[in-house]
Amino acid sequence: MLFYGTELSSRLMLGTAQYPSPEILADSVRAAQAGVVTVSLRRESVGSRAGQAFWSLIRDLGVPVLPNTAGCHTVKEAVTTAHMAREVFETDWIKLEVIGESDTLQPDMFALVEAARILSEDGFNVFPYMTEDLVGAERLLRAGCRVLMPWGAPIGSGKGLNNVFGLRALRAHFPDVPLVVDAGIGLPSHAAQAMELGYDAVLINTAVAQAGDPARMAAAFRLAVEAGLIARTADPMEQRDMAAPSTPVLGQAVLA
Amino acid sequence: MTKVESGARPRVLVRGAGVAGLTSAVTLAERGADVVLAEIGGREGSGASWMAGGMLAPWCEAESAPPEVTRDSLESVDWWAAHVPDVARNGTLVLAPPRDVADIARFARRTSHFQTVDGAAIAALEPDLEGRFDKGLFFPEEGHLDPRKALAALRARLVALGGRISVNAPADSMPDDPWHGARPDWVVDCTGISAENRLTGLRGVRGEMVLLRCQDVTLSRPVRMLHPRIPVYIVPRADHLFMVGATMVESESLASMTLRSMVELLTAAYVLHPAFGEAEIVETGVGVRPAYPDNVPAVTVHGHTVYVNGMYRHGFLLSPSRARRVGDIVFGGSAA
Repeated sequence: MLFYGTELSSRLMLGTAQYPSPEILADSVRAAQAGVVTVSLRRESVGSRAGQAFWSLIRDLGVPVLPNTAGCHTVKEAVTTAHMAREVFETDWIKLEVIGESDTLQPDMFALVEAARILSEDGFNVFPYMTEDLVGAERLLRAGCRVLMPWGAPIGSGKGLNNVFGLRALRAHFPDVPLVVDAGIGLPSHAAQAMELGYDAVLINTAVAQAGDPARMAAAFRLAVEAGLIARTADPMEQRDMAAPSTPVLGQAVLA
Repeated sequence: MTKVESGARPRVLVRGAGVAGLTSAVTLAERGADVVLAEIGGREGSGASWMAGGMLAPWCEAESAPPEVTRDSLESVDWWAAHVPDVARNGTLVLAPPRDVADIARFARRTSHFQTVDGAAIAALEPDLEGRFDKGLFFPEEGHLDPRKALAALRARLVALGGRISVNAPADSMPDDPWHGARPDWVVDCTGISAENRLTGLRGVRGEMVLLRCQDVTLSRPVRMLHPRIPVYIVPRADHLFMVGATMVESESLASMTLRSMVELLTAAYVLHPAFGEAEIVETGVGVRPAYPDNVPAVTVHGHTVYVNGMYRHGFLLSPSRARRVGDIVFGGSAA
């Protein structure tokens, strides 16, 4: 599976915010064997270049960087932040977030499509953070996106996959588009479930960063993502409503 | 030169008059060193220490800091109580707004030396909070102080011990010849983020704080309000002042506080008690905390220079133990 022409070394994307220290962040990225790290540019750059020290730490992790526009609420903010990110990290990749509602941090799909169009025309490879809305997905693809990142649940909530039906429908409608579950994953089992549903990657931040032992949790997510990916290619059994004995009942000895 | 001749008082130049510099200078002077403290940066209040909360909270910090931070800070409350006036030993109260109450359980799992308190116990500790919170944690062994008063008291203490303070010293050269041509035996560099280019891995973490005056609320101890994004604390000071802090932003900008940060800090105060809605905003402040990649303060020796840096959020908490280490290096030649 290619993400804008790039094969990732692993299907686990890891956010870099909220760790107890940069050292623990680095340990976690190693333990996760993350294929991508995301970094928020907006909050870390109150003044021009003032976040340089932290950005250097991120670059030194040796993992492809996907900068994001976290915290942006308008098209203009998001576009400006994306340009800043391209300059700082020398990449055309941008994880596009345009927040529409501050309690759920739900994406504003209308602004998202508009910002995605502007950035795609400007040569960016846009990874849009979206709801699991089918029509919105279609519009994002028309706007130039070649990857989609639907949420599992609100950012930082740890609730897992809130709408499995919707995520499954998205997968079925866009079999050839790389799909990433972004946000809401709280446990490795949620990540495994996303991979079993046929998603191509998952993006985790809070579930690792706020764990008591982030590096250990990162390792657990690595295993879960791998397990889900392998399980999918192993053609899982179908669910059924009745028991199906796994040992034959015919021909058993009758014990008097 | 690193070996001080027996009987001779070592000449020590301490650079930086923040909490790391002053605790080092006082500790060295108490052990008999001839100390000159060079204050760089030009004016009082330009460093991170001036913006500190002044919480002496070894147990609460264990929530996000490694165990060595708690271990090294156990001596801290006693050290401060012995060196500056008005160190309160009333503990710390940890609370959460109703929708974030699950965070109390997480905080409890990662810390120790607390009592779980219900609404009645909270009201007994802080009568003004009666009826406002149903559940919290109380850390009885912790304390707090007013950092600005504490820094002033340490300066006075240093002078009383025969130490000298050179104000407006240039950042990279000697103050005007305090030893009449002789070089210092040791330089103790406590210049915080100013030493970024000399110390590998040092970075700045921006913090923002607000100082409020509110006549209608009385608190006897710091209150930490758990919050998914930033842990906000409200520390009572004399004259009905309350320090509300502090953001943690991976940035070295000293630009004025952002509206977003102010809203988050003030909301926490308002959630703690609506009377803060009428508080006077006395001051907003921004500082840059020096930090190493593990966010743990370190004492390192390079030639004749001892660096005390990377105090991060733990300046008042860990300076006493780091100063003791500096004293051991200067007087014993023992490694950091």
